[in-house]
Amino acid sequence: MLRRYGRVATLLALLVVQVPLIAVSLVMLVLSVALGMVFLFPPQVRMVRRVAELNRRLIRSWTGLAIEAPYLPKPPPPVPQADGFYRHDRTLYKTPRIPAWNDRWKWLITDPATWRDDCWLLLDPLMKLTLAPVFLLLPAQGLRLYALWSDLLLGATANSRLANQVTHLRRTRNLATDSQAAEMRRIERDLHDGTQARLVAIGMTLGAVEQLVDQDPSAAKALLAKAREASSETLTELRRVIRGIHPPVLAERGLGDAVRALGMDSPLKVSVDVDLPNRPDAPVEAAAYFAVSELLSNAARHGEARTAAVDISSREADLRITVTDDGMGGADPTKGSGLAGIERRLAAFDGVLALNSPPGGPTTVTMHLPKVLPQHWASDLPKLPRHKMVIVGLLWATAWCPTFPQGFVAAIFKLIDFDEKTWFLALHLPEPWQWPTITAMIALGLTMHIMAIRIPAVHNRERWMIEATPTKPWCP
Amino acid sequence: MNVLIAEDLYLLRDGLVHLLQAHGFTVVGAVDSGPELLKGLLELRPDVSIVDVRLPPTFTDEGLQAALAARKSVPGLPILVLSQHVEQLYARELLADGSGGIGYLLKDRVFNAEQFVDAVRRVAEGGTAMDPEVIAKLLASNARREPLAALTPREREVLEAMAEGRSNAAISQRLYLSESAVAKHTANIFAKLGLAPSDDDNRRVLAVLAYLQSRA
Repeated sequence: MLRRYGRVATLLALLVVQVPLIAVSLVMLVLSVALGMVFLFPPQVRMVRRVAELNRRLIRSWTGLAIEAPYLPKPPPPVPQADGFYRHDRTLYKTPRIPAWNDRWKWLITDPATWRDDCWLLLDPLMKLTLAPVFLLLPAQGLRLYALWSDLLLGATANSRLANQVTHLRRTRNLATDSQAAEMRRIERDLHDGTQARLVAIGMTLGAVEQLVDQDPSAAKALLAKAREASSETLTELRRVIRGIHPPVLAERGLGDAVRALGMDSPLKVSVDVDLPNRPDAPVEAAAYFAVSELLSNAARHGEARTAAVDISSREADLRITVTDDGMGGADPTKGSGLAGIERRLAAFDGVLALNSPPGGPTTVTMHLPKVLPQHWASDLPKLPRHKMVIVGLLWATAWCPTFPQGFVAAIFKLIDFDEKTWFLALHLPEPWQWPTITAMIALGLTMHIMAIRIPAVHNRERWMIEATPTKPWCP
Repeated sequence: MNVLIAEDLYLLRDGLVHLLQAHGFTVVGAVDSGPELLKGLLELRPDVSIVDVRLPPTFTDEGLQAALAARKSVPGLPILVLSQHVEQLYARELLADGSGGIGYLLKDRVFNAEQFVDAVRRVAEGGTAMDPEVIAKLLASNARREPLAALTPREREVLEAMAEGRSNAAISQRLYLSESAVAKHTANIFAKLGLAPSDDDNRRVLAVLAYLQSRA
């Protein structure tokens, strides 16, 4: 209780900062807009953002409501043209300072979050005063209400989430294409320096054999043996290259057996535990395979490990891989590019890598790839809630009644002037009501049919949308 | 001696047929897909079959699976598996039933016709023919451990040759040793590894392979 009052007191004490900040902000805004002193604008925004961020942090630690920052991603640093100048609109600059400043200023002024922050700053004291009675009587509920109010103006919007997601996707795409290009270059180099050169040598040897074969058959025979040996070496070389592109055992058996094969070839004693209901897509398999391969060879090379354990498991559509070794520990991702390379590879799948390597060991690396496994939609889709199922059942059970007997059949009876009224409701009514009733019955019946089809379909689509999107901009 | 060949590349299949015919084998069938292979193995019961690991229709390990399935219903059916790459994993699966009559070689080994035909004969007689590369991998993953580390370099060479499936006579030829010297080395190896000695070549090889596998 006392702590809650302490928090309320802190919130109210913050007013001492906020009120002068409002005054200063107003002056700075007026100066920058009315007098063109635009250099005052960014510092003002920075100040307000700092206070807003403080507020978000306090609310998260007090009420557990995580308010996501709504700011648009920063503009990238200006890139010089071929002639070394920096271009901004139609002006060229020698240094990046002014274009960078221009970008920054534009970024701040066009971000709606800037203005929402200002709005919050202006209204926040009023809100705090309004809530003061609640704060005093029911501090917990008061804090909760205050958190909701802050979320209203300080929280992320669908637009800001999408913008941040686009930035993230662009970055991971760049990483993926970069690492792919690097792979291609490496393969090209391997083929060029190794296989191709060896084939040239074999061709030359065969040419020499062609010349020698009549004059000196025994020398020709010796050369042929050499050519055969060289072709054998070429094959060995080629096998190594292929293993680096896509290991055959991975193509033939999938991730589980490929990792088992890795474990057998490793100088460490490796235990492999794989629990995957179905095979991941080929790119995911390859990324996971090369990650495990790199980790095992790291453990053997640097860690002085004797045993290692690989655990591959899935939870719904997420793939989780843990590699543990009993080596020296103290692995540092900033030294050497092995771990960084794995991270780059995983980034293409939004995968993350967590390293735990205290000095003295053991080293544990956990990789987590969200939503990469194929799922069987039919079995994985959650069932309709019971009340909806009951409604759908009732609709199917009764929809036929208004549509057919009371609707179409009655209409036909009426059209052919059949005398029998039986239980057709419309035919028992006075003449002017008959047609409207029949039409209404048909409309009601068709609507019921449509609803019976639509309710499950909408449910499935909602579920699908949630599954298909990594973060869900439309439902905060 | 009747041979069945399963290989999807026409050139290689044809080459194998000619090579084996030239060495006095009778080719009773040459198939190019996994289901056909399994049918052929079970119906023709050839004295030895030469099988490519990767075959249509899925181009995964169709050939290997067919070989394993056939040996399950006909234990000890002699099969020599050829592949573009060798994996300890596959070698273990082939050797798992411990009944011999099995071979696992890289396709390159076909280049040396004499040795290849020798390997085919060995498998047909119920022996084993393991690719030196598989043996090297098996030994490498055991290298740091006792008691393999206690072997002398010469004994290691003998062990390697033996694990490939060669008889004492063949080992003595390859390493330029007398046959009695080879016999002495093998006795030492068996003593160091704690295996029961045996005069039967094939049984001996299987014991060594089982030993190497159990360690890794």
